Amino acid sequence: MADEKDVKEVKPRAESGNGAKGNGAGLVKEIRDINAELVTKAKEQVEGLKDPTKTQVFTSIFRHKHDDTPRNRALGVLSNVFLHLHPAKINRDAVRYSYTWGMGGITFYLFIVLTFTGVLLMFYYHPSKVQAFRDVLYLEADVPFGKLLRNMHRWAAHLMVIAVWLHMFRVFLTGSYKKPREFNWTVGVILLVLTLLLSFTGYLLPDDQLGFWAVTVGTNMARATPLLGHEGPLGAQLHMTPYNDIRFGLLGGSIVDANALLRSYIWHCIGIPIVASIFMIVHFWRVRKDGGISGPAPVMLASEAEKQRRGVKAAGE
Amino acid sequence: MDWHQIWEIVSTPDNVPIVALIPLLAFYIYLGVKQARANDQLIAQLETDPALAKTHHRKTWPFRPGWQKEIHVWPFLLRVEFLAAIIVTIILMVWSITLNAPLEEPSNPNVTMNPAKAPWYFLGLQEMLVYFDPWIAGVVMPTLIIVGLIIIPYIDTNPLGAGYYTIKQRKFALATFGFGFLALWVAMILIGTFIRGPGWQWFWPGQTWDHSRLIYEVNRDLPDIFGITSNLGKGIFGAVVVGGYFAAGGLALTLLFRRFMAKDFRRMSILQYSMVAAFMLMMIALPIKMLFRLLFHIKYVWITPWFNI
Repeated sequence: MADEKDVKEVKPRAESGNGAKGNGAGLVKEIRDINAELVTKAKEQVEGLKDPTKTQVFTSIFRHKHDDTPRNRALGVLSNVFLHLHPAKINRDAVRYSYTWGMGGITFYLFIVLTFTGVLLMFYYHPSKVQAFRDVLYLEADVPFGKLLRNMHRWAAHLMVIAVWLHMFRVFLTGSYKKPREFNWTVGVILLVLTLLLSFTGYLLPDDQLGFWAVTVGTNMARATPLLGHEGPLGAQLHMTPYNDIRFGLLGGSIVDANALLRSYIWHCIGIPIVASIFMIVHFWRVRKDGGISGPAPVMLASEAEKQRRGVKAAGE
Repeated sequence: MDWHQIWEIVSTPDNVPIVALIPLLAFYIYLGVKQARANDQLIAQLETDPALAKTHHRKTWPFRPGWQKEIHVWPFLLRVEFLAAIIVTIILMVWSITLNAPLEEPSNPNVTMNPAKAPWYFLGLQEMLVYFDPWIAGVVMPTLIIVGLIIIPYIDTNPLGAGYYTIKQRKFALATFGFGFLALWVAMILIGTFIRGPGWQWFWPGQTWDHSRLIYEVNRDLPDIFGITSNLGKGIFGAVVVGGYFAAGGLALTLLFRRFMAKDFRRMSILQYSMVAAFMLMMIALPIKMLFRLLFHIKYVWITPWFNI
């Protein structure tokens, strides 16, 4: 508002300065005017910058105010893409660590840590028999913080397996898989399997004795798959050989070699992370859609459970 | 007592997570049991006092009228999550600085590692290889574990104990899961890590891993003990034993269920109960087969030209 007024006042003066007189005194006056204008404008604008939350840049990024009102607390969660998986409000006891153990969240955080360190590791690694092992040696010896990077990736992976187990254990102990969360438990079991597979496929990548023999032991079991393995029950009857059975498909060959390294690299870095991410999206989404975190719920008495059941039955009949 | 050997096993970098798993599990079991006991006490109290049951807020944590039932996620939940992320990061940093990830010699198909161990989380399955053929231990069992886990919500018909810790209201479910997770999964991993040495032989903690140790052990098959020699006889005998186990076990289980868990038994559909019984019997079969092997040196129970169990 104030700006518009200023512009109107300035305009006629500028015109008179240029057109009518056209001498030096007029020009000096004009420059003085401009100078005075600039100073007031700059003062105003510096004043405005003292509260950055009022700037256009700020309001374009954050779509609500930040003074501590209940509305803004809710908006802080709801208008943020990373936080909006959370509801605005939750059960007052649901933040208690003794109930939740926080293991689901920690698992997800570790997945992010693993993605981050994993991408960095990919810069220094070639999934080929000639280079893989050397790459790890170079990483540890020559790359700044390379050893720390690899250590973090490995220990975070182990920690993630433990966190997933503890998460499952907590969900079981609190009966959180019960109605209406049955399906999300199923999704969770699949995520558990994917976590183990992610860890297992990463085991081979350093191409050292440890990984090589662990994967050899692991995939040798696939020989014995019923029907689909050449040493498994009824495998021979279905014409399974070491060159066409399921183990061949897993390894891309009849022994753990270059193809197995490449396959495990691609499963580890691309295939399983994508599948796991999709299942994670479903898992988190369903937590909300199934009514949020399961508890801590008020305890139920056996007598009430019976009544409730009969009530449902009576309504159904 | 070979302390050096113990230290070598415990301090192997890849074994550290398993060493860490023991106190972690102990702590979280304690945490769960503590809350379950408190809840069970509350449940008992409410059951004897119906008037209180109508007014009580039904949690062991304090609540007063006038307090808000819900709180803002920002900041009350987000600060917990933020703290958790920081603490995990610090743990990871310290762990990664102090302990190096293992890197052995370059892979060499001509030099076998002894013992050649799977990653620690699969050691339970590798331990099962002692007692079962690979197609059972490596393929059928993992499949059954996954399927068994997935169907849990659909066979557990108990409406009680949803969303709170309790022992009294879910004795059977907790005992079954506890047996499967702690006794069959975690304990087998601990055996695979700390007990199994070269040649996958049993070394007690403190016993030196002797790479040239040989154990003279003659394993028999169950039909041999009964003097059955023909292939056809062995096949039929095994089918009778395995079938008999499932038939007799199923009957015994049903009788027990009807007597001690009448309510649950009535609630379950035929399909639900058959699933419970089938998975229970298969789970119990594991320690039975292990005992057969450890006590009587019995390798197979059922021998056919196509598969052995």
